[in-house]
Amino acid sequence: MNTVIKLTRYGIVSSARSLWVMGYAAFFLLASEGLMRFGGDSAKAVASLLNVVLLLIPLVSIVIGTMTVYNNRDYTELLLSQPIRRKHLFVGQYLGFALPLCAAYLFGVGVPLVARLAQASEQTGVVVMLLATGTALTLIFTALAFVVATRFDDRAFGLGAALLLWLTAAALYDGLMLAVIWQFREYPLEMPVLAMSIFNPIDLARTLVMLKFDVAALMGYTGAVFEKFFGTAFGMTVAASALLFWLGAPFFAGLRMFARKDF
Amino acid sequence: MIELHNITKRFGSQTVLNSLNLRFEAGSVTAVLGPNGSGKTTLMKTILGLVRPDSGEIVLCGETVIRGGNKAKNDDADYRKSIGYMPQIARFQENITARELLAMVRDIREEATNEHVLLRQDELCTMFALAPHLDKPLKTLSGGTRQKVSAVIALMFEPQILMLDEPTAGLDPVSASTLKDLIFQEREAGKTVLLTSHILSEVQELAGTIVFLLEGNCIFQGQSAELLASTGERTLERAIARLLQGSPLERTT
Repeated sequence: MNTVIKLTRYGIVSSARSLWVMGYAAFFLLASEGLMRFGGDSAKAVASLLNVVLLLIPLVSIVIGTMTVYNNRDYTELLLSQPIRRKHLFVGQYLGFALPLCAAYLFGVGVPLVARLAQASEQTGVVVMLLATGTALTLIFTALAFVVATRFDDRAFGLGAALLLWLTAAALYDGLMLAVIWQFREYPLEMPVLAMSIFNPIDLARTLVMLKFDVAALMGYTGAVFEKFFGTAFGMTVAASALLFWLGAPFFAGLRMFARKDF
Repeated sequence: MIELHNITKRFGSQTVLNSLNLRFEAGSVTAVLGPNGSGKTTLMKTILGLVRPDSGEIVLCGETVIRGGNKAKNDDADYRKSIGYMPQIARFQENITARELLAMVRDIREEATNEHVLLRQDELCTMFALAPHLDKPLKTLSGGTRQKVSAVIALMFEPQILMLDEPTAGLDPVSASTLKDLIFQEREAGKTVLLTSHILSEVQELAGTIVFLLEGNCIFQGQSAELLASTGERTLERAIARLLQGSPLERTT
């Protein structure tokens, strides 16, 4: 465990020196502040910010994560030639990359939003959920980046796979859902759609934040079904379990691949 | 001392190491030779645990540290405390300085405050004239300077085993000569030294024992004098050429 903490610390120091982490935090700071200042009422601004967060966090986490793992390949070999267990190295490198990214997001989005909570305390639930789901998405898509870069030795192929994963989660999956809804429009689809939204971490994050808005009630019958489901203890347990699955599954898959990989 | 028993490694359909049985003695320098792609680096990486063997086992000083196959053993990391490794290409995390890298490796090996290691590190840095480069980011250092940093990392803990993959490639003549002197010193101190090189004059100078690999098979293991005698050649270069041309030679493995 001591080695994991050391490796995480070195990863954080290295990331903190990278300009892109600061740029990432600065972008969120400017986007959040700009939207809050000029975007009309705060609920509307948070909704706009949600769209930026849902698109950008998975993209940055998976693309920069994949590139970082590839760039550190020789450095990883150097560390593996030292008395370090593979599992410790994987966990240390993962946390060393993901934690600064989470911190940059929490700082960039958190500071402008939390500063305004004093005036709009009814939005506390939305803000907390937005920060929590953004952090979860960072951890999930960083883990997916580590899976992709560990699985594929070819850098171009790996980057292509990472982009395809992001595109699937951010757009293609929604297209598939729309196709299903269109095809079976004669049937009551609320529950199947609800189930489908759980299997995509971006949709799950979107649903969880949207339901914290008062506007959820305006989304008609479907919104009511979603709110009713996620409003119950059972619904929240299912959502939390799905999020935990998404946090755990790619991480442990990456760990397993890393432990068996030939360098 | 390192022993390899029936080590086999395949990448897909290609057999990179084919049932190798080798023994590297303490107090000797062994050169692992062979054309590009013959399995030299894979052999070193297998001993280090970077490449997982499909079968066979590796024994270090009487203890099995790696075992391939069904009863695989591959998560032992402590044995690497006794190995110093210098990879073919020295690449590190780019935005830290050489001094920070050395401190990090010491810290990870729980030797951060070991006076003896610190003294050895300073001594090696002086020998390789690294002092002016220690506080520069690693990305700004030349390939040769990085190679020197890599040599310091391999040597500063005074390990029992040294594995040097083309150690002098990219080094200037003065530094290459310093490294060779250090290799001699390590041999005299009873260490086990393994190296690969394509510079055969250097191999002749440094190594008492030769292992020659060809497509993952060991086609010669023995004293370099033995190789010269059996091929009837005067230089290692010509002896190797004879070996590659299929000169009749008794297989030792």
